[in-house]
Amino acid sequence: MPLLAPWYDFRDLSHAVHRMLDAVADVGGPDWLIYVLSAVIGCAGLGILIGGAVIFNIWLERRLVGRIQVRRGPNRAGPWGLLQPIADTLKLIQKESLTPRAGDFIVFTLAPVLVFVPAILAFAVFPWGPGMTFTDLNVGLLYIIAITSVTVLAVFMAGWSSNNKYSLLGAMRGIAMLISYEIPAVLTLLGVVIFAGTMSISGIVLWQEDMRIWLVVLQPLPLLIYLVTAAAEINRTPTDIPEAESELVAGYHTEYSGIKFGMFYAVELVNGVAVSALIASLYFGGWWLFGLNQWIPGWIIFIGKVYAFYFVLIWLRGTLPRFRIDQLMGFAWKFLLPLSLINIFLVALEVLIWVEYEVSAAVVLPIFSAVNIALAGLLVVAWTRLMAFHFERLPKRPRMYGDIAVPAEQPTGTAS
Amino acid sequence: MAAPTTTLPGPQVAERIRAALPSIALEEAGQWVMLEPAGLPEAARFLRDDPELDCKYLVAITGVDYLDHFELVYHLSSLARNHLVILKVRVPDHEQPEVPSLTPVWVGARLQEREVYDLMGIRFTGHPNLQRLFLWEGFPGHPLRKDFLTLPGGFKPGLQRFPKEFPEGQEGSP
Amino acid sequence: MPIHTEPFVVNIGPQHPSTHGVFRMRVTLDGERIIDVEMVVGYLHRSMEKLAEERTYTQNIPFTDRMDYLAAMTGNLAYCLAAEKLSGIPVPERASYLRVIFAELQRMASHAMAIGIYLNDCGAWHTPLMYLFREREKILDLFEMTCGARLTTIYMRIGGVAFDIPDEFIPALRALLGELPERMSEYEDLLVENEIVLMRSRDVGVLPPDLAVAASVSGPMLRGSGIVWDIRKADPYCAYDRMEFDIPVGYNGDCYDRLIVRLEEMRQSARIVEQALEQLPGGPIRAEVPLMLRPPVGETYSRIESPKGELGFYLVSDGGPTPYRFKVRSPSLLNLSALKEMIVGMTVADAVVTLGSIDINLGEVDR
Repeated sequence: MPLLAPWYDFRDLSHAVHRMLDAVADVGGPDWLIYVLSAVIGCAGLGILIGGAVIFNIWLERRLVGRIQVRRGPNRAGPWGLLQPIADTLKLIQKESLTPRAGDFIVFTLAPVLVFVPAILAFAVFPWGPGMTFTDLNVGLLYIIAITSVTVLAVFMAGWSSNNKYSLLGAMRGIAMLISYEIPAVLTLLGVVIFAGTMSISGIVLWQEDMRIWLVVLQPLPLLIYLVTAAAEINRTPTDIPEAESELVAGYHTEYSGIKFGMFYAVELVNGVAVSALIASLYFGGWWLFGLNQWIPGWIIFIGKVYAFYFVLIWLRGTLPRFRIDQLMGFAWKFLLPLSLINIFLVALEVLIWVEYEVSAAVVLPIFSAVNIALAGLLVVAWTRLMAFHFERLPKRPRMYGDIAVPAEQPTGTAS
Repeated sequence: MAAPTTTLPGPQVAERIRAALPSIALEEAGQWVMLEPAGLPEAARFLRDDPELDCKYLVAITGVDYLDHFELVYHLSSLARNHLVILKVRVPDHEQPEVPSLTPVWVGARLQEREVYDLMGIRFTGHPNLQRLFLWEGFPGHPLRKDFLTLPGGFKPGLQRFPKEFPEGQEGSP
Repeated sequence: MPIHTEPFVVNIGPQHPSTHGVFRMRVTLDGERIIDVEMVVGYLHRSMEKLAEERTYTQNIPFTDRMDYLAAMTGNLAYCLAAEKLSGIPVPERASYLRVIFAELQRMASHAMAIGIYLNDCGAWHTPLMYLFREREKILDLFEMTCGARLTTIYMRIGGVAFDIPDEFIPALRALLGELPERMSEYEDLLVENEIVLMRSRDVGVLPPDLAVAASVSGPMLRGSGIVWDIRKADPYCAYDRMEFDIPVGYNGDCYDRLIVRLEEMRQSARIVEQALEQLPGGPIRAEVPLMLRPPVGETYSRIESPKGELGFYLVSDGGPTPYRFKVRSPSLLNLSALKEMIVGMTVADAVVTLGSIDINLGEVDR
């Protein structure tokens, strides 16, 4: 859309911003003022968005998990429980913020900050519309991966400074798990980058618009792998070992109370939105919906997709039990990592064929999609047969006896 | 349908024990066999290993305070033959009662003997870990004894009258 | 250069979301492997056995509710059977059948809770628990309809039961039994085939059958280890000898076997309740029992199959109105006898899952 579109064109809010900044420049403001103003407007927009996301997500999660569990969620605080997140936040703010006396106070206080800031920073590179990216870094994806790795350090800081064996156990498990799941995550995202040729997220969305295809049909297996690894990265069930409530009370944030605990709680939600936004942009076309964004503003489409994936994350949480830590690590190293490596070879081969032989996109992309989808199914099934945990093939229903007089079954009973 | 559980009559059990272990002094009554504490481990082992009595399952160990002596009642059961055998041990010493432990014979005796020690005060020699189970070390007396509420010092149940949980000179959690 | 390691002690409990009450385990860990466990009980010790020696036989019935507070009907039943055996009081037919109905309903409710809490320990955030609680709520509504209380129903009396069932009981019960088979298949499909539940429960907390018998465990733990023993069949009480039902028995003795045994027992309980409803006769619901019951001098041991295992009462009477010795053979305490052998060598997560599958109830452990 041309830059001369009127400022009230909601399909791209950057028009309004540009007109405002042009007005300032016309009046004669210095350059640095324009720069600062654009930064402030962007930050305010993102702040409203993230704050709103946190508040809305608390409500959404609790209601949805309640519906999955055959009960209503909170419905007392306000109509349909809509004021419940505000009640939760107020409760957390007014609680006493305890610090363990023998713990390290500075590290203890810094850990929630260090876990929350990267989550917010990750939102800087998402394209909310055709011209609406806060900063369009051309290494946007690398930036996101780097930023989310800082969480590992924050988890360790939280566990160590609490001076509590449970927290230390939770933190150690957490670090091992987070580091192991980084590698399949990065490798699967690499497949997307090879196809699109650029690491900038808005570039990838524009590539999908050019080729008129969603990357999910070209890369179904990486989507599944990334969904699992992202859930592990943000500590959501079924992989929420570090904060496994039923085993270690609350893992690395056992000793936190008050708004510091609120930070840990909120960061899970913000991370969930960030991961959903990443999946929506990279695999499902971001703000582009096969041309529908001519009538519906792109950012509404984007937010819709983000919440669709957030719904999937909530669904996984409400349904599945939790893995054990060694099973989780085995899953990452023995199953996800080889599959993502195979996927990279495949993608590189396909792009090589495409570029070398200069075949047109309309011919080659459907073929690649079909091949990739078939191979995805095949690989998952075959690798499961090969690598999965084999139980003794005992029946899953008990034996039934009508009477106890079965002397041949009685044991010898000489254990002492 | 199998026959319901029968409690083997005392004379029958006593006869078999006497036939195998003639040196153990026993009395028998209608439903049970009474022993002296010294003969207990041998008799228990015989009862467990004998193919006809076959008491592989220890159901319960109970201590009863009869004011001048204690009685330990062992209910044993056979799963294969579906019968119950009741063994009683008369412990004559009321101040410092001691009985050999049956943990080498049945693993299930571990917790039950600790419970009897805790609440009745009967010591089991040879128990791997004879500590109080419900109450803490340092609790005055053994509650299920009949004279517990009239101990010297006039202890009455109630938190105001109990001494501190940790005796003098011992700090921290147990 | 060898790394210097040393084991450290972690305290699980007494305040913990999944120790089923105030139960404390001090585990000595070497990394994530458990090398020793010591259990500390007694946080809920209320000296019921001593208190019962100063109250009459009828006044002791409320104590038996509070021992295993999640299976109050069976606790009442065991005690009343023991007192009746001691005094030689015959129980009317209708009372026997009503006792069977309520005991089996209680078994279903208790197993629903046990399975739900076990899956909670495995990590499913309350979802299976909420599903199983649908049935449990209906059963508790039935209890409330009859005797006014949901949890600590002081329903059985020496010589019979306290109240007769109201008119709306049987239609409500038939409605519950009607939708139960479909619900049970739903639970089995969701829980038993679940890959994650299998990975968490297979070969975890294995109790070999020899050790199970030697350690005096009972109930679903014993049957999960492969031993065919059920007191309802071995030593029938009330009207169980006229009921047809099967006993589910496991294969391996691990947590998964105990889970499937409990699920199947819920189904068999529904079968028993249907038969008891059909055979329910009319007549009085209580025998004539004097107000201050003075049983003759003697002693008795009487046991039932409660949802947790073999619940037995050993009563000694000296001719007076109060029992001389009131001893409870508590299944939960004895099911913990083999805890050390089951847990050593596994990780902390497995220890919590195993404890959940033993299904202890601290009121019964500590009395």
